Amino acid sequence: MRVIYILWLRQIKRYFRSKSRIVGAVGQPLLFLLALGYGLGSVYKEAGQGNYLQFLVPGIMAQTVLFSSMFYGAMIIFDRQFGFLKETMVAPVGRLKIMLGGALGGATTSVMQGIIVFLISLLLGFRPYNWPMALFSLIFMSVLALAITSFSSGIGSFVQDMQGFQAINQFLVFPLYFLSGALYPLNHVPTWLRIIAEVNPISYTVDAMRWSMIGTSRFGIVHDCIALGITLVVLIVFGVMRFRHIEP
Amino acid sequence: MIKVEHLTKKFGDFIAVNDISFNVQAGEMFALLGPNGAGKSTTIKMLTTLLKPTSGSLTLNGFDVVKQQDQTRKSFGIVFQDPSVDTDLTAYENMQLHAVMYGVPKSEIDTRIEELLKLVELWDRRDSLVKTYSGGMKRRLEIARGLLHHPKVLFLDEPTLGLDAQTRNLLWNYVGNLAHEKEMTILFTTHYLEEAEANSNQIAIIDHGKLLTIGTAQDLMKQTKTKSLEEAYLSLTGKELRDEKADPHEVWRQRQRARNMR
Repeated sequence: MRVIYILWLRQIKRYFRSKSRIVGAVGQPLLFLLALGYGLGSVYKEAGQGNYLQFLVPGIMAQTVLFSSMFYGAMIIFDRQFGFLKETMVAPVGRLKIMLGGALGGATTSVMQGIIVFLISLLLGFRPYNWPMALFSLIFMSVLALAITSFSSGIGSFVQDMQGFQAINQFLVFPLYFLSGALYPLNHVPTWLRIIAEVNPISYTVDAMRWSMIGTSRFGIVHDCIALGITLVVLIVFGVMRFRHIEP
Repeated sequence: MIKVEHLTKKFGDFIAVNDISFNVQAGEMFALLGPNGAGKSTTIKMLTTLLKPTSGSLTLNGFDVVKQQDQTRKSFGIVFQDPSVDTDLTAYENMQLHAVMYGVPKSEIDTRIEELLKLVELWDRRDSLVKTYSGGMKRRLEIARGLLHHPKVLFLDEPTLGLDAQTRNLLWNYVGNLAHEKEMTILFTTHYLEEAEANSNQIAIIDHGKLLTIGTAQDLMKQTKTKSLEEAYLSLTGKELRDEKADPHEVWRQRQRARNMR
């Protein structure tokens, strides 16, 4: 436990010391909120769908957590380049603990980013329909964060450089996000898009976030929780398996 | 304490380490010498579980290095040739992290960190981020960290590279004491032959992945009919220069990467 704690703490300390990271990781979601929220808000309203910002914010919070958790994998690549990875690899500690300690740390900082975006969206006029219910979103963000930091540790273990890592971001994570229903309702989309969204774990995260934040859900919260649970388990197993074969 | 038998490591067609065997007794200081790219670091990587040998067997503190990785890792400490500290943490935090990962008892952590940071004269700067350190200071921190848990075997891969004479002297005195008083086994590499001569019981010289000879400095001089270790070394390894950056592991990895791209 001490080992997991100290590796978790390392991530937290590094996070608070890197102001540029905090600002940078909030910049992108803020741009989405402003550009899409205000840009598409009127179209959305005219289509009779109500307030777009209300709809958008839970999706953008999930986006923030998703991308900052993916960034955690890049940290492993930096650790390899700067040599610190060797220090952890020769330590007499199970690989599972090393992976989990870092992933939990990365997940914690991702959730903090999500909370920052939430606070900003309050300033922009977003209101959760029920404050106590909104607290559930912390759980969903945490599950997503840990699942994705585990996944990105797995990716960071065998992708040797930032270019390769970016490729995975571009060809896997961005599509998963844009095809998830985070930015638009899935009610009237073409069938192929709906099918992709229905097998996409990000859709269920976004849906669960909406359930807690604005009280609407497409798949039902039970389905959301099952999908999130399965995703978490599968991605942790993936991360551990890959991390075991890591070469510093 | 360390037993290496017919150790071989190939990266593709390149043989980085070729059928090396040697023994190191407990409490011994063992110098592994050789030109750049001779296979020293690759050998150390295999002994420290970072690389798997292609063939041959490795025993450390009675444990099979390949099969009993966790027990092996508990038995040794290492100061790497290239940097491995976290520069976004302070010196103290780097030390703490290491102490916890190596299971140093809670009650001893603070006293040991203080003792070692004072030894390498970084105590006053303990709360500065390591990225503000000079190269020499980082090196001293690495060394202090390697000594933090008291391992049975300590690997020092060119520990004195880039250090001034004072720090080198300090380091060897401290390490010598560890070997004598705690029966710690030390295996080190260096390019400073006078360090090897002054601080080792046994010297092994390797080149092109092969073990050329092994013995005390006197043995080596006698064997080559020379008057100093440097002459003995040069007569064994020749005088031509070696490629500085030939880390076979890295070269191999880049080649793999290029292959994967295609």
